[in-house]
Amino acid sequence: MRWEWLPDYLPALAEGLLITLEVLVVSVVAGFALAIPLALAQVKGGYLARKLAGAYCSYIRGTPLLMQLYLLYYGIGSLFPLIPGARENLMWLIRLDAIYYVILAFTLSFAGYEAEIMRGAFLSVPGGELEAAEAMGMSPGLVLRRIWFPSAFLKVLPTLTGEVIGQLKSTPLAFTVPVQDLMGVAHKVMQDTYRIYEPLLFVALVYLALTYVIVQAFGRLERLVPQRRSV
Amino acid sequence: MHLFAAAVPLWTLLSWGDQGYGDELFWGACHTLEISIFGYALGLGLGLLGAVGKLSSAGLLAKGLNGYTTLFRALPEAILIMLLYYAGTDALNGLFALVGIGALQVSGMVAAIVVLGAVQGAYSTEVLRAAIMAVPKGQIEAAEALGMTRFLRFRRITLPAMLPNALPGLANLWLNITKDSALVSLVGFTELALATQQAAGVSKRYFVLYVTAQAIYLAISQTSIAGFGWAERRLRRGQRGPVAVP
Repeated sequence: MRWEWLPDYLPALAEGLLITLEVLVVSVVAGFALAIPLALAQVKGGYLARKLAGAYCSYIRGTPLLMQLYLLYYGIGSLFPLIPGARENLMWLIRLDAIYYVILAFTLSFAGYEAEIMRGAFLSVPGGELEAAEAMGMSPGLVLRRIWFPSAFLKVLPTLTGEVIGQLKSTPLAFTVPVQDLMGVAHKVMQDTYRIYEPLLFVALVYLALTYVIVQAFGRLERLVPQRRSV
Repeated sequence: MHLFAAAVPLWTLLSWGDQGYGDELFWGACHTLEISIFGYALGLGLGLLGAVGKLSSAGLLAKGLNGYTTLFRALPEAILIMLLYYAGTDALNGLFALVGIGALQVSGMVAAIVVLGAVQGAYSTEVLRAAIMAVPKGQIEAAEALGMTRFLRFRRITLPAMLPNALPGLANLWLNITKDSALVSLVGFTELALATQQAAGVSKRYFVLYVTAQAIYLAISQTSIAGFGWAERRLRRGQRGPVAVP
């Protein structure tokens, strides 16, 4: 084990960690926001909306995230030259940094997984509560905001820890399209120094620490919510 | 098709032979299935050993197994697969050198299977342990009272009784390994993901090729979901209550 490279790369690794956290936080928040309409479409939507949202979730959950990322990053970009005028008008899209593609891919992925969970949570809210709210004269939007969503959200809160950790465990894939996240920097160290194990072990340790922090934070969040603990 | 007027037509791109990449994708998909199936089987074997070990000991063995399942499930699969791949091939080559055979090229497929299986084993251990624990204690005590040996008890009572409990978890693990197998492309084993990447790199037809590859992955996962649903209905024959089918 040789660690003399570490001081030189520590600033870059710290920056990489920030990028990793940025990707994680943005994709979880945006993905969750996107999951709500996707879940509602499957629970309450018409035939077409139900089928489309269901197909989207099956696609996201049935194909590797790596391939979804490649499709967005390489695939979409490769279509532009074929569209007349795209070169002039959409150049900004092609020049866009890889990190935007990574965030988009991870957001779409998290939404697909989370929508499936939210679908179950929405369905598990007792119908009587929703009928009572309706009988009180609440509009559908108000029922969703005041009764349906809060109740469903409390149900998914315990599973959210696992989902967020799952998403954290996906973030190293960002390095496969050139993004200098934590893993990307470690990969650069591997190429520069020809050391394999030390950079990988370092990243592994940081990920373990991040997992621990997330578990603790969500545990605290769950304890904030009053709920019946006895069975 | 105006969009693809300048390029090779789609059917040529996906055809068999020198002109197209149909055969490359097909063999890539075969490799994906191969490493998934053997990795899954290896993981199940490790998981069964791990679950029994965790449940039947409280000492050092249980602690070690706890460390294995916790660590392997907490680390990102991509990093774990790279670490295990490099460490495993290095260790093997070191071993060969020690014995005096000299550095051998470890088969990429074997390495991929072992790495995927080791990761899968940690998850399988937890699924199987929970399923075994859900078997009613009375059934095992009854078997004991009948004078069955420990092994016979496990084979005749615990194993068949826990299988329906384990199946949903095992189905999930199978779906996960077919997707995680794409990560083996990061260490250079040519399964479907890497075969697609190579084909796309040469032909520059990224979009079409990635969509095709994803369709193959999707076909694998949807077929598997249907298959596991059938298996669960079959295993739950004779059980009371509504049959939970995904």
